[in-house]
Parts: sequence; structure tokens; C-alpha cells
Amino acid sequence: MLRRAVTNPNVSFIQRLALALSAFFRILASSTYAARILRLESAQEPARAAPDVTVQPEKPARDLRPALQVLSVLQHEGRLVDFVQQDILTFSDSDVGAAARVVHDGCRRALKRMVKLVPVHDDAEGHSVTVPAGYDATSIQLTGNVSGQAPFRGTLRHRGWRAQELTLPDIIGDADCLVIAPAEVEL
Amino acid sequence: MSDGNPAADLGCVGIDLGTTHTAIAEVAFDESGVTRAQVVAIPQLVAPGAIEARPLLPSMVYFAHESETALALPWDASRDYCVGEYARQRALQAPSRVVSSAKSWLSNTLIDRRTALLPTAAPPDLERISPVEASYRILDHLCEAYRSLEGLRGELTDKDVVLAVPASFDAAARDLTIEAAVAAGLENVHLLEEPQAALYAWIESMGGDFRKHLHVGDVVLVVDVGGGTTDFSAMLVQDREGELELSRVAVGDHILLGGDNMDLALAYALKAKLEQAGHAVDQGQLLALWHAARHSKEELLSRPDLDKIPVAIAGRGSQLLGNSLRTELTQQEVESLLLDGFFPVVPLSARPLQKARTALTQLGLPYASDAAITRHLAEFLCRQAHAIPRRESEVPSGQPNFLKPTALLFNGGAFKCGLFRERVISNVNDWLVTANCPPLRVLPGEDLDLAVARGAAYYGAVRRGRGLRIRGGTARSYYVGIESPMPAVPGIEPPVSALCVAPIGIEEGSTCDLPDQVLGVIVGQPVTFRFFGSTVRRDDRAGTLVDPILPQEIEELAPIEIVLPAESRSAGDIVAVRLQAAVTSVGTLSLEAVPTKPVNPNERWKVELNVRGEGK
Repeated sequence: MLRRAVTNPNVSFIQRLALALSAFFRILASSTYAARILRLESAQEPARAAPDVTVQPEKPARDLRPALQVLSVLQHEGRLVDFVQQDILTFSDSDVGAAARVVHDGCRRALKRMVKLVPVHDDAEGHSVTVPAGYDATSIQLTGNVSGQAPFRGTLRHRGWRAQELTLPDIIGDADCLVIAPAEVEL
Repeated sequence: MSDGNPAADLGCVGIDLGTTHTAIAEVAFDESGVTRAQVVAIPQLVAPGAIEARPLLPSMVYFAHESETALALPWDASRDYCVGEYARQRALQAPSRVVSSAKSWLSNTLIDRRTALLPTAAPPDLERISPVEASYRILDHLCEAYRSLEGLRGELTDKDVVLAVPASFDAAARDLTIEAAVAAGLENVHLLEEPQAALYAWIESMGGDFRKHLHVGDVVLVVDVGGGTTDFSAMLVQDREGELELSRVAVGDHILLGGDNMDLALAYALKAKLEQAGHAVDQGQLLALWHAARHSKEELLSRPDLDKIPVAIAGRGSQLLGNSLRTELTQQEVESLLLDGFFPVVPLSARPLQKARTALTQLGLPYASDAAITRHLAEFLCRQAHAIPRRESEVPSGQPNFLKPTALLFNGGAFKCGLFRERVISNVNDWLVTANCPPLRVLPGEDLDLAVARGAAYYGAVRRGRGLRIRGGTARSYYVGIESPMPAVPGIEPPVSALCVAPIGIEEGSTCDLPDQVLGVIVGQPVTFRFFGSTVRRDDRAGTLVDPILPQEIEELAPIEIVLPAESRSAGDIVAVRLQAAVTSVGTLSLEAVPTKPVNPNERWKVELNVRGEGK
């Protein structure tokens, strides 16, 4: 916290969020812009490494394939991508219901296998709860009239979800995993 | 560390090579004793390019078309076939390239089980494989996958391996299973009957407490309904010098009937409902219904509060909305189709309905013609009435005589449904009550899918003297067909009597007496004999001649073949031989032809158990 405040004294969180979002989409949309960011990033590296300090190992490129893999499993077993990609407005509730059952059934089973999900908060939703001082702000988010000092009294609106264990298939070799579902041609 | 046997300290692995799924478990040894049997998750291809370790490996092999990308594994980048989950998925999409139920083919006496015939509907570009090779490929995958596991587990081929087979497997099917295991490099392998493995798993899970549940005189009935087969066994608890001793006293016939049949029955019912509502259901959707039926069944049978549950299946295209079919499965349908179809309440006198065998095709599996498992069970208990020696006075006259179990152990995935368990218990109790016997005690089984693998691993420890051993020896007696020396009558089969070569109950590593009866064999030519087995004729000894052969007692198996090499004799000579049976340390039956006048000392020839001769 302190370090961030010192290195970026003038940029607020909202400003940074907006910048991050716009940069994200511009990087995706424009290779020229992406190249500029790359140059900026690499220009920073030697600047940060002080001459008498050993060079930190470069962070490896993020492997996004597991994310694609999860999408692929949810499509394969629960037809999630098919469901979301279709225009739902022209269909009756009974059509939506039939499709939703397919999606729910398959995705539920796939999720159950891949990730052990547990509620963050064990109390029933709607109950009064106390949030102590020094609470973990990543697992509990305060909403409504957020002010005053801990402990906070409030009503549990959503229990939250925590991934306790994640089991994903290993990717063999250097497959890019970009095909979420192959086209099927019946012979 | 080493006491001469290189496998001694590496622990034991149990393999359940199932009709639909395969599982492995292992036990390790340390100073304090034996660790609990642990199921080992098996790495397998779950999608092209993705591998995951799962407790169950579908027992299927998929052969890729040459145009497809390689089914790469971390240990083989250019593989063109796969075993396990992805093969199961491809079975729904390209069924003609998938071998499934290899184990049922392995026990099919109507075919030569070394002939390349699977998949039966293989397209021309696909080279078929034999049932033995299919089993080998699954075991070979286990060896490779085991090697790839984290932690220094070593090689599966270096371990003591116990391979579970149905109790109803005959000598030839057991032999072929070993053949597949040896081909996969498993040298230290032993066979164990699956219901025994289930009971071992129960004993293991109880720790020392099993003695509280079992008493001298108990007859434990094991009812094992897996994905594709149903298997019954009975074990007797006896006292041996103050210690409990378990003996397997009876096994049932091979019944090709299991959970898959139940799901398929539901799928057809759902298909009929959809068609009645005016929807066309194609083959792909029927397979989806089959899949959906399994989950709906388990859901519905575990939730008696629900009257019905919706079942929806998707169309094949990417347009999900508007193309999904929806119907309902009701509690009443499940009960009438599954409970009353597969577990009807029947009297003890009920017998499975036999369909005429005329429609039997040469290239099909001999599925049970009656789906009622309770009828098969009634037949088993009545046929095995004499499995336990009793004084005549103990059987009151006028009452049906049958094998009366006192305890029951369930095994197999089908029994995840509590209603099925309850139905079996209540039906057997009905029979017991009529005979003035106390009702069954149900042994609390756990892990219906994985118990066989765990029990097989535990048996590996038992073989080293670390636990209670179930005795019993071979489950069948074996006979060679002898044609009577009567003048042939055209159009009438010459009467055949059965010469017993191996009685029931031969223990591993022992040899039978040599029967007196002599057979004539021609040197240099294969000579085929009809071969028979019985699970009920307990009093026959080697040399007993049975005539007539009653089909309810003696079942014909695949014929056996003797070839005498023309080494020290001249081709065409007729040599008199006697057949001697032994049970190997692995647990397979070995038959040898011993000449009455040997040319060399110890002259004898192996008899081939697995042939499918022409005609009879």
C-alpha cells in the first residue's frame, strides 16, 4: 500500500482502473499500441534493476490456456458457449428452460469435478453478522453505508464462493487451446 | 530390504479390470505392517491434448483415423489410439472405431478369443484386434500411466499385481486374462475372484472389527452388479483351531447384465415418450438420453421425495435454444422399469426365462435373456443348495432346499441406488422367512465402484501372510467329453459322457490325481475334445465319468486341443494319454497330456484351453 502510494503519488485508483481497462482493449485491438506497451515495459526493466543488484528473473509470459480449457470443458459438458452465444430474446421460457437444464446439468457436473467450491461465509444469508477489525478484505466486501470503525455490524447478503481446490487436466505439449469446440462433420 | 523376491518390498497393486471401468489400488509395507489400500488415480486422455488422473478409467480403446491429429500422451507424442475417458467420448461420436466390453468378449465361449474381431463394426481402414489384445492395451495403459505418476512409485511391472476377474470366468477366460497381463509386462501377477475382492475390501475397511460382524456358521452372499456383468458368490465362515476361516463355497454363472442395461432401458422409455410427443429422436440423441438416464436414475432413486424430474437433452448443432428436447422421468417409471424389471419380487421357485437360442448370432455377446437379477439369484441359491454339507435331518422335508445366506455384501455401481439394495434384501428375506431362517445381516460396504481394486491390493498383502485368507480353490470342476463306443446313427449325435479331469476346490499350486481313463491322440495332428465345466458337482473326483450330461449341472465350454509334436514319435501314430490337471501359482488351470507309455521320462504336453473348433 505504502509503496504504491509513493511510486504513483498522483494517480487515483479509479483513474488507474480506467487506464487499465482502456489499455487492455487497446492492446487487444491494436498491434501497434501493443508494440508500444512492450517497448515501454522493456524500457522499464533496466531502469528498475540497479547496477549493483542482481537482475530479477524475468516473469514468464502468462499461460492463459487453463482459462480456455475451463471454457472448453464447460462447453463440452454443459454447452455453455452455445447457450450464451445464442440470441435468447426470441425464445419462449419453455425453450429457455429446456436449454437451461442441459447447461445446468452439464456445467454443474463439470464444475464439481474441476473445482471444490465452498461458501466464504458460513452464516445464512439475511442474518446479522459482525465483521471484525483486520478482516480479510479480499474475501469480504462491505457494501451500503460503508463508514465508521470495525467491528462492523451488517446483514449477510451473499455468502460468497471460494475455490478450495482446483483440478484441471494437464495440457500436453504446446497446444494453443484456442479451439473451444471443434466443428463436427458427420460422415 | 530384499528377501530374495525383488517385488517383496515394493508393495502390492490390485487391478479391477472391469467390463466398463478399470481401477487400481495399492498397499505398501513398512515395519509396522501394511498401509491401507489407496486408490490410485489413473492419468488418461480426457480431450485431445489434455490429460487428467481420474479414479476410474473407462475400459475402452479408441483407434484414431489416419486423418486425425495424433492422440499424444506425455510419454508418446505420436500415438494413434487411446484408452480411457476420451475413448469413451469417442464411443458416442464414432462408435465403429471403439472397442468396448472387451472383458465380456474374453469370456465368450462361442468365439476364438485370440481372433482379431473388435470392434465388430470396424470400418475397412481399421485393423481389428482380439479380445485378448484389447485387454492387453488397457493393462498396458495402466503400466504407462503408473510410470508417469508423481512420486517414485516405480514400475507396475516390478510389483506384485493382483488382477480381479469375475468368479464366473472359466479356466480359459482366466488363462487369457493372464496372457494379456504378461503381454503388458506384468510378471508377478495373481488372479482373484471379484466377489472375494469385494469381501477382502470389506475386511480391510473394518480393521480388526470384522470379527464382530462374522460368526462361525455364517454364509456371506456377495451380490455384485457392475456396469456390464452380474456375479454371485457365497462364502462360509468356519472355525479352524479357534480362528475364523473363510471359504468360498459357491459361484454363479456368467451373467451379462448390469447397470448399463438399466440405463439403456430407461433411455428407450424416454425416447418413446419423446416420440409420442411428436419429436424425432436420432441415434446421437438416444446416446445422450442414455447418458442423461444414468444421472436422472441416481438422482431420482436417492430422492424419494421427488415425484418426477425433468430430463433435457441438447440437439447436435450450436443452436441450443429451440433444439433441446425436454421430457420427464417419473419415480413411478423408474420403479416399474428398473425396480420391477431388474429386481422384481419373485418366489424362490422363479427361474430366469430362457429365450430360444435360434436367434443367437455368431458375432454377438450372449447377453442375459432375462433382466431380472432376483430370478438369477433365486436360481443360484437353489442350484447351490448343497454348497454346504448338511445332515439330511437339518433339511425339513417338504421345504425347498436352498443355500441360505446369513449375511449379505453388495458390490458394484448399480447398488448406489438404495432401493435396489432394499429390494434384494427384502426378497432374499422373504425366502429365508418361509424356511424359518433369520433375516440377513447386511455388511456395510463402502465404495461400491472401487472396492474390488482395493480388495485386490489388500489380497496382495494377505498372500504374504498379513491377513485373513479366503480359501476355496477352483470354483468349477472340469470335464472332457468322451464319445461312447456305439455304432454311429446318421442324423443322431453320438452320446457323450463327461470325464472329470479336475474337481472343484483345487488350491493354487496343487496337482490332481491322474484319472484312469485313457484318450487316444494322433501324433502330429491337432485333436480337439469337447470340454465342460460345473459349479455344482462337488463330489466328482478326477476320473469320475458322468453320464448323462445334464445341462442344469454341466455347461459346455470352448473345446480344448491337444497337439503331440512328432519329435520322438512318428506322425500319424496313435498315443494313449491321460489328462492331468493342476492349478498354477498364478491361479490358472493347467491341463497336461501324460502318455501312458512315455518315451522319455517326464514326457508330457500342454493342452490348449482356448480354441474354437469347427462344429462341435
